[in-house]
Amino acid sequence: MIIADILFYVFATILLLSAMVVIGARNAVHSVLFLILAFFNAAGIFVLLGAEYVAMLLVIVYVGAVAVLFLFVVMMLDIAAVKRVDLRRKHLMAGTVVGAALLAELVLVFKSWTSAEGARDNALFQAMDGQSIGSAQALGNILYTNYLYPFQVSGLILLVAMIGAITLTLRLRSGIRRQNNNAQVTRRPSESMGIIHVESGKGVEL
Amino acid sequence: MMSSVGLPHILILSAALFTIGVFGLFLNRKNIIIMLMAVELILLAVNLNFVAFSAFLQDTTGQVFTLFVLTVAAAESAIGLSILVTFFRNFGSIEVETGSEMKG
Repeated sequence: MIIADILFYVFATILLLSAMVVIGARNAVHSVLFLILAFFNAAGIFVLLGAEYVAMLLVIVYVGAVAVLFLFVVMMLDIAAVKRVDLRRKHLMAGTVVGAALLAELVLVFKSWTSAEGARDNALFQAMDGQSIGSAQALGNILYTNYLYPFQVSGLILLVAMIGAITLTLRLRSGIRRQNNNAQVTRRPSESMGIIHVESGKGVEL
Repeated sequence: MMSSVGLPHILILSAALFTIGVFGLFLNRKNIIIMLMAVELILLAVNLNFVAFSAFLQDTTGQVFTLFVLTVAAAESAIGLSILVTFFRNFGSIEVETGSEMKG
């Protein structure tokens, strides 16, 4: 199991370093790329913990969709001109104080924290003997039976997010000719055709 | 399951990741995109906690909640990025301070 331990520390180190680059990089494209690296390393830690399905989901959903969305927006907006000179100093102090206090508190809590007696016996859905807790089948059994309504609600959240994203970014530009289905279908011959008597030697104004 | 890497190691790792995310929120007040990425890091730290407890208590429930967190995070970043695109279209920059036109 020594290899797993070494792998854990390697993944953890790269995860923390790339997270630091994400928040510190001057170029937003670099931030996105290091975010992808961070997600890959987190997925590696999930695999080590035995949660293969969540690891695959993290890679597919985050690296495949969310990070690409970020990259797309960063490249589309062309925001290389973001000036971050003296503003960093102003917030660096507050950020350092809050971050250090938070980290110290969390580490103190986790150092003195112990699991209660018999906590394992209280597990709601104990993993089967010899079966990995990360297996997609075990997860699906629980998700589609005991957590059916939260599952449906999460689908609804995605639907609302999709509609919201479309409505927010939809822009009706003036000056371009779009197809107007309604006008097209309700068109009548009497409105669109007529006989015009043209005097010779003059044009027609339509 | 790992042998010598105990639960506290993973919890401290996720605490550090969470702190980096919060620090990033303070550090990048000019750039909403990086603020959104910092929120993603915070949510990743939460997921790490869920999966760690799930593994050490041998309980699959934690991973179900990881799925829900992933869903909400994806929705959040989609909405956040579309707000960002609209913001950029209206103000021509993505600095948070620019969006103070509603100030009385």
